[in-house]
Amino acid sequence: MPGFVVKAERDQLVKDRVAAFGEKVTAITQEADLVCIHVKKEAVHELLKTLRDELGFAFLTTCCGMHFPGEAQEFGMVYHLHNMRAGHRIRIKCRTTANDLEYPTATDLWPTANWMEREAWDFFGIKFKGHPNLKRILNMEDFPAFPMRKDYPLEDPTRQDKDDRFFGR
Amino acid sequence: MSKVEKPDYWQKDLVHGRDLSELTTLNLGPTHPATHGIFQNVLTLDGEIILDTEQTIGYIHRAFEKLAERRPFYQIPTLTDRMNYCSSPINNMGWHMTMEKLIGIELPKRVEYMRVIVMELARIADHIICNTIIGQDAGATTPFLYVYQWREKIYDIYEEICGARLTTNMGRIGGWERDFSDLAWKRIRHIVDELPAGLKEFDSMLLRNRIFMDRTIGCGPIGGERALAYGFTGPNLRAAGVDYDVRVSDPYCSYQDFDFIIPVGTNGDTYDRFTVRQEEMRQSISIIRQALEKLEKLSDKTSLRADVPEWVLPPKEDVYSAMEPLIWHFKIVMGETEVPAGEVYHCVEGGNGELGFYLVSDGGRTPFRLHLRRPCYIYYQAYPEMIKGGMLSDAILTMSSMNVIAGELDA
Repeated sequence: MPGFVVKAERDQLVKDRVAAFGEKVTAITQEADLVCIHVKKEAVHELLKTLRDELGFAFLTTCCGMHFPGEAQEFGMVYHLHNMRAGHRIRIKCRTTANDLEYPTATDLWPTANWMEREAWDFFGIKFKGHPNLKRILNMEDFPAFPMRKDYPLEDPTRQDKDDRFFGR
Repeated sequence: MSKVEKPDYWQKDLVHGRDLSELTTLNLGPTHPATHGIFQNVLTLDGEIILDTEQTIGYIHRAFEKLAERRPFYQIPTLTDRMNYCSSPINNMGWHMTMEKLIGIELPKRVEYMRVIVMELARIADHIICNTIIGQDAGATTPFLYVYQWREKIYDIYEEICGARLTTNMGRIGGWERDFSDLAWKRIRHIVDELPAGLKEFDSMLLRNRIFMDRTIGCGPIGGERALAYGFTGPNLRAAGVDYDVRVSDPYCSYQDFDFIIPVGTNGDTYDRFTVRQEEMRQSISIIRQALEKLEKLSDKTSLRADVPEWVLPPKEDVYSAMEPLIWHFKIVMGETEVPAGEVYHCVEGGNGELGFYLVSDGGRTPFRLHLRRPCYIYYQAYPEMIKGGMLSDAILTMSSMNVIAGELDA
């Protein structure tokens, strides 16, 4: 029925290597066709580096910020890595609290992370330690908010007909 | 206008032995005819040699990711249209396939082959735009005027299929809104039969043209290793010698049924990017030809949708005349169908590279989060490195050969 392939053998290689991280990896889940590694923030850089250097995930497809209002671990970063040789992708998630919004940068591993992290800063207010040029990228410099956060209203706040009830949540 | 902050090593400028006052700051853009889009580059020049570039983007940022959080799933294709507007159908199909992956729908082969035809037409249109503009920026106006007529013919096909030419909003989640008309099929066959000759004419104008070769070989090069580190995908990566193509590495939409070649370059310069795109157009024609043959061999001549009434909008005439389709139409439009909660990443080979959709659904009527991996946005950050130490006129050519589309860059 599903129109995708799960690469179980490749996934197992990743799981075996990641087991060495012990408690720093909080969970490993299967989300549709991709394996997702949930990692604590202090180990995210180490994990990315290990995956890049030892398991061939040499290509950073994308990384983006996330916001889950009302949860204890309110913010998050999601990385998609790609091992082009083996045709294998994985997802890495790293959640954090609203008081502790500083991630280690991935620009030392992949120069392409530069603008992706600037986007995460611009839209979610997530900081990156060691980033060479962390400033807003798509919004104007003096924009007063982080617009992709869920509490930033998209619609005119005085409208009565566009609240979350109408969107199923 | 913002001034470039010159790094420390230029304060001394021992390398060039020049006085700093001899350096020029030049604003290339935001509205400059040669940038073919709205983005700014503040160049620091020594004579005509580029020393540094500061990029400013975001002039047409429209917050698609935020807008998508307040739009039902079937309203999102109109946002994807406006990303890479030179090949909107690929973006549309990419979004439909992302949703199909989330819901778990499998499509009839006929629908997939029709999608392949449209996507390859879009790729040809995209590459025609890019390659003729390379010619234009190198001083050859002829291809821009003559080869562009093929793009017009492809837009005529879009118009016949969906009614729109540029922002197509083509197809639906789970299939097609209506069948291609006879005229559309006729036009597709016309393209397949006649375009190779047109491309040959295009080749004869530029491919071995001494002036064009002198201008483009070695202009704005990037190596394979650097290109991968910068997240290049698509023709720009292949020009640097890496044979990565999503159609082959993660086949979607039955691309595994087709036989085609992935052209690669060696130097990753403007000439290689030009030739890779030229060859890709020929391969696209061959794919369309194969798709037409496969469609003829299929016993199924009518199916247009997957058999999932709770997700696929029924044909309009049925909605007006029958009970069941009316109910489904109402439920879909009002967002009363159950969306599974889950996360999917789906990518397609867009005109510029890997176009990815990372969709997080929490079971609501709209995406909880939709992240768009726009290939332009990711590879455009390598631009300063590619033009450093080159001439200003090479910077223009490099930009047009990278095919930076402002809509996709800024989303």
